[in-house]
Amino acid sequence: MSFATTAFLVLKKDFTIEVKSGEILYTTLFFAVSCVLIFAIAFVREGQPVEGAGAGILWIAVLFAGNLALGRTFERERYGETVRALLLTPAPRAAIYVGKLLGIVALLVAAECLLVPMVAFLFDAPLFARPLLLAAILGLGTVGFASVGTLFAAMLVRSRTRDVMLPILLYPITVPVIIAGVLGTSALLQSPADEPVALLWIWLLVSFDVVFVTLALWTFEPLMTE
Amino acid sequence: MFAYAPVVIANTRYESTMFLVQKIFYFHFASWMAWAAAIGVCGIASAVYLFRADPRGDRLAVAGAELAILFGAFGLVTGSLWGRKAWGVWWQWDARLTMALMAELIFVGYLLVRKYGGPGAEKLAAGMGIFGAATTPFIYKSVDWWRTIHPQTSVVRNLGETAPDMYGAMLFCTVAFLLLFASLLTVRVHLESRRAELDRLYLALEDQP
Repeated sequence: MSFATTAFLVLKKDFTIEVKSGEILYTTLFFAVSCVLIFAIAFVREGQPVEGAGAGILWIAVLFAGNLALGRTFERERYGETVRALLLTPAPRAAIYVGKLLGIVALLVAAECLLVPMVAFLFDAPLFARPLLLAAILGLGTVGFASVGTLFAAMLVRSRTRDVMLPILLYPITVPVIIAGVLGTSALLQSPADEPVALLWIWLLVSFDVVFVTLALWTFEPLMTE
Repeated sequence: MFAYAPVVIANTRYESTMFLVQKIFYFHFASWMAWAAAIGVCGIASAVYLFRADPRGDRLAVAGAELAILFGAFGLVTGSLWGRKAWGVWWQWDARLTMALMAELIFVGYLLVRKYGGPGAEKLAAGMGIFGAATTPFIYKSVDWWRTIHPQTSVVRNLGETAPDMYGAMLFCTVAFLLLFASLLTVRVHLESRRAELDRLYLALEDQP
């Protein structure tokens, strides 16, 4: 089996389970929406949202939901004892990693499709003024966050303290991605939108993604070998 | 060298706008150089441990991570003191300061994983060390990319031409800090290998009838 086929099969497996139960998708979406509402309480003064809060709220909701989704995805593998089965297959480990990563990214993109209109609507943020640039920032940021997240969540499956360890490990390491994502989005939310700055952040996100994905592919195999 | 460092620093001329406060620069810069060296050691040793399964790599990585926290804390404190006088505030939310604090958190996280990660935590920590070392160059370049309040990295390069005595003192302090780093690293690795040896002896003793 080729690399791409293996990755696709892992993705298809996760997708089939998710379509049947919908557990992770619905809980993640609901959690992300409640995050936004909590921020709405914190950042709205006298009926007016604090200026420029939209970018931060959007990203925090995505990151919190991402952490939850990562934990749940691998918790399911652990319950079914399927991690070991996956690792026993004579498939390249990196392909398994890519399949899982694509699944997480798809889930988070689905969450973003709901969150972006919601933040735009509730916080009066001009998120749809530059749709392509915003999509690039969100997509690249999600890939960067999920690439590290998938690797660490997979490693933590065997660990007793995984629930608390995942955010402890994940947030400090992905801080460059978070900073680039938040600042790039807020550059787009200015009026008029600051396109050169947003493009600079997009290029930085591309470089972070290249570094993180390369490192994760490189270290996944030794890290998952007992 | 540390005994002589104050003499070297005292002999440099006063900087035109900040006078005495600027002298903290020599230790500030030197501790960040030692910090960078510690992170480099931690990252490379983690990779060696991960791919060669060599326990010496793991010991070296722990020592590197702990020293990264130590020198990072020293750099943050001296930077904060200097910032209080130069910028008027203790802390400024600019890119380099934020990223430096986050890098500090990465290595605190590294130690937390080792302590509470349970079985297999060494490998997990090794992954963390590699990723931590990979983000450090971004922290270094952050100042050039986003024109922030922190002095540009080119200051150091120009110093050699504009103020040779300052440059000499800076080099002196950097070498002193790197030597301190190397000696602490050796001691720490030695301690860790003694600990491993002790564990091995304990197990051997328990196995006896």
